[in-house]
Amino acid sequence: MTSTELDLPVASRVAPVRWRLPGTGWQRLVSPLALLALWQLTGSLGLLPERLLAAPATVAATALDLVTSGTLPEAVLVSLGRVAAGFTVGAVAGVGFALVAGLSRLGEYAVDPPMQMLRALPLFGLIPLFILWFGIGETPKITLLALGVAFPLYLNTFAGVRGVDAKLGELGAVLRLGRGELVRHIVLPGALPQVLVGLRQSLGVGWLALIVAEQINADSGLGYMINTAREFLRTDVIVVGLLVYCALGLVTDSLVRVVERKALTWRRGLLG
Amino acid sequence: MATRTARLTQAPPDGRVASVRGLVRSFGDRRVLSNVDLDIARGEFVALLGASGSGKSTLLRVLAGLDGEARGEIGVDDAVAVSFQEPRLVPWKRVLANVVLGLRGPDATDRARAALAEVGLAERVDAWPLTLSGGEAQRVSLARALVREPGLLLLDEPFGALDALTRISMHRLVLDLWDRHRPGILLVTHDVDEALLLADRVLVLESGRIAHESPVPLPRPRHRDHPDLVALRAVLLRRLGVTPEGTA
Ligand SMILES: Nc1ncnc2c1ncn2[C@@H]1O[C@H](COP(=O)(O)OP(=O)(O)OP(=O)(O)O)[C@@H](O)[C@H]1O
Ligand SMILES: [Mg+2]
Repeated sequence: MTSTELDLPVASRVAPVRWRLPGTGWQRLVSPLALLALWQLTGSLGLLPERLLAAPATVAATALDLVTSGTLPEAVLVSLGRVAAGFTVGAVAGVGFALVAGLSRLGEYAVDPPMQMLRALPLFGLIPLFILWFGIGETPKITLLALGVAFPLYLNTFAGVRGVDAKLGELGAVLRLGRGELVRHIVLPGALPQVLVGLRQSLGVGWLALIVAEQINADSGLGYMINTAREFLRTDVIVVGLLVYCALGLVTDSLVRVVERKALTWRRGLLG
Repeated sequence: MATRTARLTQAPPDGRVASVRGLVRSFGDRRVLSNVDLDIARGEFVALLGASGSGKSTLLRVLAGLDGEARGEIGVDDAVAVSFQEPRLVPWKRVLANVVLGLRGPDATDRARAALAEVGLAERVDAWPLTLSGGEAQRVSLARALVREPGLLLLDEPFGALDALTRISMHRLVLDLWDRHRPGILLVTHDVDEALLLADRVLVLESGRIAHESPVPLPRPRHRDHPDLVALRAVLLRRLGVTPEGTA
């Protein structure tokens, strides 16, 4: 929770807030659990019809069903495959272009203006074009994902590379580092914190792009599962699908956090 | 020492590690260095004094090869090392890796360890720079400069940010290292006493040129109350536009 502490205004760090209740935080679980109970209760009493929203118990039972029948794992695998493909393409392109633009003036002139223009296009507004160009198979989905992933990574990596302390560049000159050594020892590690910020942003956009992309005539994957459920008024399946999207997003985000903690240990001294 | 292996890019005349003639450097239409002549002999310890903004760092950057826009004849030994005013360690590299950075040869790591041991930091080789004290960081920076066995070592106010006690032990350390490795040193400083305690020769930069030069022909270690130093201090302070009253 270091990050939240850092966000506090200085005054509250200096004089810790005294009136906070003692305890380990279980109090924070009370109201979500109460809401869950209320949701279950209204469902059981028939106040909340199942075609609008299934009750938690039903959702849990359905989840178990979907897992044991293999439907859910299969759908998740398909969706993960799309994310992996789109993410890889987008990340390679985003970071690659950012390095080209960040490491040389010529590269900047060649790459940055078109990137800035493309970035202004609304991502999801491109779907009709993609369908015209690529049909309704996997290609438009992966393209959409790749684009969504590429831009946050491009912008952050470019800013990170350019933001590396010029004094360290001078140091590199004094130590007679070659260009490759300079990039490897100074520029890339210096840009890394910003790249990781970009990575988290792009994963956020990536999951969103997946959800939207899977609405385009998917015949497999989580989106397909959810769309089919809608046709049969299976709100329980829809809720399971949403929860899985949610969980996947959280998992990738915490993966990046782990990478961040490992890769940026040198900052510990700074952050305490 | 560097003498044997050093390849002189623009060889300064023999016996010297730096030789500058008619050096001019302007920023826009402001002439910061208007006509600097400077020689540093191999193994000589030179201190450079000057008011704030007089161009000391500018001159040092020219000698370090960091300034491509200076004009004049500039001859500098090929083996130059710099220690900046702030230690300028690479924060994402541990202490040892900072010293090894840019070192060539299979024994680079051993040499770096030895250099760190020389500045008394053998135990801190694995520390992150952000966890070092100011004095420790500055010593790493010195080790990083010295491990390159420079013919010319440029020090830009390396002790400026240190407390008085640390500064005294750093003076001793620098003299010690200089004694052992004998690089030519150009030490930029604000501190007249520091210059007098350490250097063979003290220069004053003023109006864009070396306006004054005082040899300090005293054996080391020197004591600041030595009558010759007291006299020299008065002269230098006057050159710097400070009246000597109130100085100990
Ligand atoms: N890159 C630059 N662009 C414009 N002006 C500069 C630049 N670098 C230095 N100067 C100017 O040149 C003058 C000399 O600067 P320099 O840093 O060499 O002074 P200094 O003698 O080292 O001063 P100090 O003792 O305060 O460090 C200053 O007036 C400074 O503003
Ligand atoms: Mg300066």
